[in-house]
Amino acid sequence: MIRLELVYILAGLMFSTIALLEFLDRNNTQRFRKTVFWGIYGVTFLFGAVLPSFVTGCLVIMMVLVTGLKDLKRSEVGTLDETQRRDNAKRLGNRLFIPALLIPLVTFAGTLTLDRINVHGTPLVAHKDVTLVSLGLSVIVALAAALYLLRQRPVDSLHEGRRLMTAVGTVAVLPQLLAALGALFAAAGVGSVVAGIVNHVIPVNFTFGVVVAYGVGMALFTIIMGNAFAAFPVMTAGIGLPLLVHLHGGNPAIVGAIGMLSGYCGTLMTPMAANFNIVPAALLELPDRNGVVKVQVPTGIILLIVNIFLMYLLAFRF
Amino acid sequence: MLTLIGILIVVIGFALRVNPLLVVTVAGIATGVAGGLDPVSIISEFGRAFTENRYMGLVWLTLPVIGLLERGGLKERAQQLIARVHSATTGRVLLLYLALRQITASIGLTSLGGQAQMVRPLIAPMAEAAAETRYGKLPDKTRHLIDAHAAGVDNIGVFFGEDIFLAMGSVLLIKGFLEQNGISLQPLTIAVWAIPTAISVFVIHAVRLMLLDRRLQKQFGGVGK
Repeated sequence: MIRLELVYILAGLMFSTIALLEFLDRNNTQRFRKTVFWGIYGVTFLFGAVLPSFVTGCLVIMMVLVTGLKDLKRSEVGTLDETQRRDNAKRLGNRLFIPALLIPLVTFAGTLTLDRINVHGTPLVAHKDVTLVSLGLSVIVALAAALYLLRQRPVDSLHEGRRLMTAVGTVAVLPQLLAALGALFAAAGVGSVVAGIVNHVIPVNFTFGVVVAYGVGMALFTIIMGNAFAAFPVMTAGIGLPLLVHLHGGNPAIVGAIGMLSGYCGTLMTPMAANFNIVPAALLELPDRNGVVKVQVPTGIILLIVNIFLMYLLAFRF
Repeated sequence: MLTLIGILIVVIGFALRVNPLLVVTVAGIATGVAGGLDPVSIISEFGRAFTENRYMGLVWLTLPVIGLLERGGLKERAQQLIARVHSATTGRVLLLYLALRQITASIGLTSLGGQAQMVRPLIAPMAEAAAETRYGKLPDKTRHLIDAHAAGVDNIGVFFGEDIFLAMGSVLLIKGFLEQNGISLQPLTIAVWAIPTAISVFVIHAVRLMLLDRRLQKQFGGVGK
């Protein structure tokens, strides 16, 4: 059985290698801090399943502290210049797309098949792990294809991996940190406090007002939590169900679906949704960390307004 | 009430552009303290949630492959391809990708896309190339704007396409929650009501992409085609 833990170990090995490469580069600024950062991140993947939570927590805090007040600077990793890449592009042609497309295609194929293959009676991959294990598999397949087609050395992939990873930088761990923040919000009861405040300002008997409160509430809560899934139970239990469905007779499927989508409008507009908004800004090396959010805000606001009207017009008619 | 201090720290910290990792960690600790948790519990909860969400870090596994392909000239090849399509504009390229992403997500193929897998290596370079083929070399600010739009299109496509897929996590969450509260519904019933919003967002964003094209044309299209 291929367990998800194997994919985590693969990731841990990758980060540990990046940490080593950072260390071995004598010209690297902030060499030791970078090595510690990526090294600890690697350790959390390699040993996350066996370390006690308290130890992991201490490691994470150490990892954050080592980035300092102003965050770590980028590493300079040599690669080919534009002319060399353009020549490569002409020479290799469309073959370059094959490994790139193998990643989503093998992931998809794996998702469909890996949990249905049985070895000695048990499935090859557990159903809940199938997408992530397929992703891990697709990366290995794509890497093999890339090394073969491009006739590169395996060590080049490590250098290029380091180049991209350090270009993304320390915000790579931000999605997991924000998830941890969300857990602390939940443990401290932030959700009920916010729901309580929203409940206070709603005009309970004015249907359109409640729809607005629910829609805006979902978006706002998602903006704060960075995650519509966290907002949904709180807002729907606080406003959606008792007021829209039970008091005003709204269709729960419509209220639920459009409510969730109003939350997604919020996801478009918040830096807290790190893997959708901060990570791409880092991946694309945008100077403005909030560049993606800014581009999405107008669509988010307009769509939220449209959603509110859709809910008001549909939920009480069907 | 005091537990909301975490939110305040995040808002102020992000606005002042302090190191975001530090902001989030401090906000978490502050929330824990305000919520009456002891230090060991706070740190353990940090560690537990961080480990539980390790899957979020798996997307970085694609970077060695993407890096290798970029070394081989992947971006440049994507640009060469787009340059041959004369009717390609930034807006049209992104609109096509939006449609593809939304439609494939609505039938459950959410892995056919992604910021690391598609946007950085292919879509962003293609969108940039479509503009540069028409208008020549663009200033950095404009290229960054186009890249941001490329990322935005991937997000919008997957968010508002995946809710139509009845086996998607969000639909199942809604179903499960309603069930816990005594309302039993089929996933399909919930999923179909995501369609009006999906169509709306496509129309809204299509207009914005056309406006982007018009803005690029106005700014750079002196001798445009």
